[in-house]
Amino acid sequence: MSDNPNNWPLWEIFIQSKRGLEHKHVGSLHAADAQMAIENARDVYTRRQEGQSIWVVPAGAISSSQPDDAAMLFDPADDKTYRHPTFYTMPEGAKYI
Amino acid sequence: MTDVQNLEERFQAKIDAEQKIEPKDWMPEKYRKTLIRQISQHAHSEVVGMLPEGNWITRAPNLRRKAILLAKVQDEAGHGLYLYSACETLGVSREQTIDDLLSGKAKYSSIFNYPTLTWADIGAIGWLVDGAAIMNQVMLCRTSYGPYARAMVRICKEESFHQRQGYEIMAVLAKGTPEQKEMAQDALNRWWWPSLMMFGPTDANSPHSAESMKWKIKRQSNDELRQTFIDRTVQQAEVIGLTIPDPKLKWNEATQHYEWGEIDWTEFNNVVAGNGPCNKERLAARNKAHAEGAWVREAALAHAAKKAKKEKVAA
Repeated sequence: MSDNPNNWPLWEIFIQSKRGLEHKHVGSLHAADAQMAIENARDVYTRRQEGQSIWVVPAGAISSSQPDDAAMLFDPADDKTYRHPTFYTMPEGAKYI
Repeated sequence: MTDVQNLEERFQAKIDAEQKIEPKDWMPEKYRKTLIRQISQHAHSEVVGMLPEGNWITRAPNLRRKAILLAKVQDEAGHGLYLYSACETLGVSREQTIDDLLSGKAKYSSIFNYPTLTWADIGAIGWLVDGAAIMNQVMLCRTSYGPYARAMVRICKEESFHQRQGYEIMAVLAKGTPEQKEMAQDALNRWWWPSLMMFGPTDANSPHSAESMKWKIKRQSNDELRQTFIDRTVQQAEVIGLTIPDPKLKWNEATQHYEWGEIDWTEFNNVVAGNGPCNKERLAARNKAHAEGAWVREAALAHAAKKAKKEKVAA
């Protein structure tokens, strides 16, 4: 990334398409501040009523896991099939369970 | 086995298993470079593509057409942004990417170096140029690099309106006065061959293709996409009573495809090399806009800094 202080910083954009749904990452853009990021996000990511709420986050503020560590990181969930409802045997004839 | 060999094998295994590559994944340097070149060229094409159409916004024949053209040109700006944003995830700065366009180092689609002489050209661009672009973009929705594929999905959703509004313009002109029909035919005559060139060199002469197919950056060859475009577009021309300017065009019952004439590759190479009708004009327009916007970029930063300082004092 460019370290030139004369460039507008990068913002990651999250759009909520409907009330009740989650905000979803849609892309990024450069803007001088948060307000401008929201206005520009409206213009580029919601031209066809794709959203009703926008979050903007400075790209540098996001930390993420490393793809190479994924196997180790998610390993604890690999052997716990008893966390899924299909793990259990239900007695024949029982309803609503 | 060296580490890099090992990494390359794991990378290729992911691709073969139809898994997307994401920004933080290890990737061969050549894969990264190829993507940066291709995505940035694509982004530049969207941005430069606004110029030939922008030429007609103030002269659109009525308010409906003007509103549509304005919306289409806005979409192209948005498409440029989605792509610049995808390109940036590969570790190249936006500033560098834009500088490469402005200096003439980076390429963009040659089609935008042709002039828009009449209103019918706006119809021909939507119908043919966007039509050809869609063929490529639909394929790229399945490209192996995640951010590029996601940008393409977004673009494809918007692109079909572009092609339809262009075809509608052509259909209306073709049904109009003899002069209007002639204008539509003339636009088709001028845009047909450059549109076919948009798919790039023939497979036999396409140096990067094999590797791009192996890495699933591309999923179909230039010639395949070109043929599908021809097969679809010839029928659309017939429906509105216009003639494709190719005397060799002929339906082949056995292959279920059209046979067609020969692209003038000398012209193609000339335009790519910078000697098309509008190459200099297009780059000059982009440079002018960038230079004249410099004070706005600076003022916005100064304003943001001032606001941040005020908020700090208040807190």
